[in-house]
Amino acid sequence: MLAYLIRRLLYAVPILLGVNLLTFALFFFVNSPDDMARIQLGVKRVTPEAIAQWKAERGYDKPLVYNDKAAGLQRVTDTIFYRHSLRLFAFDFGRSDEGRDIGYDIRQRMWPSLAIALPTFLVGVLAYVTFALILAFFRGMYLDTVGVVVCVILMSVSALFYVIGGQYLASKLLHLVPISGYGGGVDAFKFIVLPVVIGVVSGIGGNTRLYRTFFLEEIGKDYVRTARAKGLSEARVLFRHVLKNALIPILTGVVVVIPLLFIGSLIMESFFGIPGLGSYTIDAINSQDFAIVRAMVFLGSVLYIVGLILTDFSYTLVDPRVRLS
Amino acid sequence: MSEPKSEWRARLALVLVMIGLTVPASAAWNNPYPEAERTANILYAAFNERPKHLDPARSYSENEYAFIAQVYEPPFQYHYLRRPYALVPLTATAVPRPIYLDKSNRRLPPTAPAGAIAYSIYEIKLRPGIRYQPHPAFARDERGQPLFQSLDAATVRRFNTIADFPRQGTRELVAADYIYQIKRLAHPALHSPILGVMADHIVGFKDYARTLAAAWRKLAAAGADGAYLDLTRFPLAGVEEVDRYTFRVKIHGKYPQFLYWMAMPFFAPMPPEADRFFSQPGMAQKNLTLDWYPVGTGPYMLTVNNPNRQMVLERNPNFHGELYPADGEPGDAVAGLLKDAGQPLPFIDRVVFSLEKENIPYWTKFLQGYYDRSAVPNESFDQAVRVGGSGDTEVSDEMKARGISLLTSVQTSTFYLGFNMLDSVVGGYGERARKLRQAISIAIDMEEQIAIFRNGRGIAAQGPLPPGIFGYKEGQAGVNPYVYDWANGRAERKPIEAAQRLLAEAGYANGQDATGRPLLLYFDTAATGPEQKARLDWLRKQLQKLNVQLVVRATDYNRFQEKMRKGDAQLFEWGWNADYPDPENFLFLLYGPNKKVGGEGENAANYDNPEFDRLFERMRNMDNGPERQRVIDQMVDIARRDAPWAWGLHPMQFSLQHAWVSNVKPNNIANNTLKYMRIDPQRRAVAREAWNRPVVWPIAAVMALLVAGVMPAVVSYRRRELRSQRQPNG
Repeated sequence: MLAYLIRRLLYAVPILLGVNLLTFALFFFVNSPDDMARIQLGVKRVTPEAIAQWKAERGYDKPLVYNDKAAGLQRVTDTIFYRHSLRLFAFDFGRSDEGRDIGYDIRQRMWPSLAIALPTFLVGVLAYVTFALILAFFRGMYLDTVGVVVCVILMSVSALFYVIGGQYLASKLLHLVPISGYGGGVDAFKFIVLPVVIGVVSGIGGNTRLYRTFFLEEIGKDYVRTARAKGLSEARVLFRHVLKNALIPILTGVVVVIPLLFIGSLIMESFFGIPGLGSYTIDAINSQDFAIVRAMVFLGSVLYIVGLILTDFSYTLVDPRVRLS
Repeated sequence: MSEPKSEWRARLALVLVMIGLTVPASAAWNNPYPEAERTANILYAAFNERPKHLDPARSYSENEYAFIAQVYEPPFQYHYLRRPYALVPLTATAVPRPIYLDKSNRRLPPTAPAGAIAYSIYEIKLRPGIRYQPHPAFARDERGQPLFQSLDAATVRRFNTIADFPRQGTRELVAADYIYQIKRLAHPALHSPILGVMADHIVGFKDYARTLAAAWRKLAAAGADGAYLDLTRFPLAGVEEVDRYTFRVKIHGKYPQFLYWMAMPFFAPMPPEADRFFSQPGMAQKNLTLDWYPVGTGPYMLTVNNPNRQMVLERNPNFHGELYPADGEPGDAVAGLLKDAGQPLPFIDRVVFSLEKENIPYWTKFLQGYYDRSAVPNESFDQAVRVGGSGDTEVSDEMKARGISLLTSVQTSTFYLGFNMLDSVVGGYGERARKLRQAISIAIDMEEQIAIFRNGRGIAAQGPLPPGIFGYKEGQAGVNPYVYDWANGRAERKPIEAAQRLLAEAGYANGQDATGRPLLLYFDTAATGPEQKARLDWLRKQLQKLNVQLVVRATDYNRFQEKMRKGDAQLFEWGWNADYPDPENFLFLLYGPNKKVGGEGENAANYDNPEFDRLFERMRNMDNGPERQRVIDQMVDIARRDAPWAWGLHPMQFSLQHAWVSNVKPNNIANNTLKYMRIDPQRRAVAREAWNRPVVWPIAAVMALLVAGVMPAVVSYRRRELRSQRQPNG
């Protein structure tokens, strides 16, 4: 298993290098260091001298990937790409172009993101599995038919509608919770409850239908018939046998997103005023802050790779036949 | 079977009753603030964009000034109520009159001609006894030694915010602090946006910037964390400390606008201790920097600094005291703006700014009473404001019922449609191009644009100067005769036939050139997105009135700026916000040496009229008065005739406030206005509770419906299970 882990981690290196290179190419295809300087220095009374100085201070006065004026290895190392991108592999995110420490900002902002994303994830998975089991349980009955129709309707509604509609209903009309904001400690509950409910409800349609399909597929298998033949109740068959065996396809989609919960959600955090990481990358793209963009893309890639590795490990937990080698 | 059913109903009823009992009749569940703040003297406001810089040497935007202008105190400020805008002392004892010197540093009379004046000296005397806010940078031990000025990185790691430092101190404001801040404007690592402007004016500033750059390079080469460039060791020729409370600034020539600069946060005092404190190793890694933690003498201090969530200003316990103004404009007394005359400032204890990126929660919270003041979001305009037939505006009945009032003011800004004067078609100074530009200026109906796309929030510009700036003229005297006629007591845009006539005289009869080809023009803009499309379509239709085809080239702001710098645009739109209330700050947008192409200046139209430039050079050094007005009139007339701009509009600011907010008067130049505002927290608490009573019955009803929907299936399942259990035995 350790060999497997090491191999997977080594595979990650070229992937991360590629992601880094792609981010770098895309960013500088759209923005030039001059543009970045102008955005950071403001639009009024910016002098060419100030732009040159800003670039020189941050190393943006170097060539992008190849320095033909340098000699030897410096042709590669004395470039913007080398200076700014490679140190990410040591998780040294450096400073944003406006001067803030990126690592510190990420550490500060990931907790509010997690405060929303984690309960949404946990309650969501629990709710989707439960609803899917209920539909599978009542398969062929009116509840199953109505449930599927409701799921299709819920799937058809845009996520933004859930947010705006939820805010309108819960806060504006019924005055049950604050429409936006964030607080620490016990106070956090009243701010978190609505985004979590909306997050869960917006995912019910698609996930419940998907999981129901997994369960129905398992229900038709021989071991289920055997369990029933042994006289087990339908509830016991579903929860003890079907659920366990349907977990592998569920885990494939679920475990991979666990590390990404730190990254947060742009729409949720914008509309609910959550000071998380959700808008960090978008704000950075808007302000052309390459330092943050590259750090967040790198972090996202790392977390995704971690998620995939965790998914592989989770298979071994639910299915003893799976061996990582 | 009826027994279990009735039992189940009884249980449901009990649950519903219990839910009902847990709802307090008056508590507002949707209150985003702690219950303890219910009747506290706190103003709640919002910001929609996180500030980038809070360092007064770097900050140069309105959303940043909203915070730092309450903390930092330059020597002067604008009178809150008087119009036209007037400078009054803040930390200074008086607004100084400049001392003029000739080339040999001999004193000249105040009436000396501008050409004879080689230097102006401003001597600023400070009021003694002004103290800084409590801050660890000033903290000292029992022996009087600084407590937190020689920290190592390991110690700094223990602190996350300024509030974590166990001891704080203060000290008196002295002239040296102002000198230190002026020097900071030249610090190479700060990139102050006004370095270039000040280098042109303050004696020795250009050389000083070079000296600091060399010293900084040397320091940076050492590569030590916590590099601190001690500016007190580098003298600046143009500033002089006369005594503990007096300093002088020497500038080149005559430049009356310099006083306005000294009313901006760029010239707020900076204690060297604070700069040194934040330069210590490890501070930057914790984002503990002067760019994020202001240190000032103002009425408020920033105590919570989370730009991703909330910024909190609290009353500075060391504030030197200031009184509410006792005079203002005629009408201020009737409007109740002088009720607090002579009262000590500030009135509000805390100001809580919350980040609201989206308009829907922002507007909802305002209507719920959780924000005290609000702008009018576009999508809520019809809900909030009623526009009368004659263009007059008032709040809607819904707002009136809540006691909300509307304040409007024309901003000291201009949004214009410009012509690139270097372009071969629309540019140039000949009769052909001039008439073409005038025709287009007539055809683009700004009044219609304001009505359709700005809900009436703006006035069509008659020239480069907005209302409120010296030189602007109201009524018939202020009408642009090349675009408008004065009729029926108001300015009326010339008919489209007049534009068509001018177009024909320009050689484009019916929108076609001499060869019969249609005139095709290009319009560059950074306005993109679906909401802008309708406006750009409208603009195309304006030129279609002249049979002129307009191709819109919308692009991102970077590309747009690049085109402007290279002079690749033909028609474009841009705008300018006043730095200070002086006509020079608008007319310089048309000053030849300030051209964008080649000069990197702010003259985006690249307008270059020698007569206009000559008059500008004369006007900029003049004091306000009839002579200056005459020169401005000539300049405005030249510009109107040449029409390098199609003159655009001056936007209007609409703001709403609840009945419990008072002492608010729109001020487009001053930013330190929070100290004048007053609120009635008791009244607010009553309104909030009345407007936000929780309604829980729909939740209970939905739950009951769900249960009712599921029950038949459960019953049916139970029957099925029972059947299957019986079958083996049967």
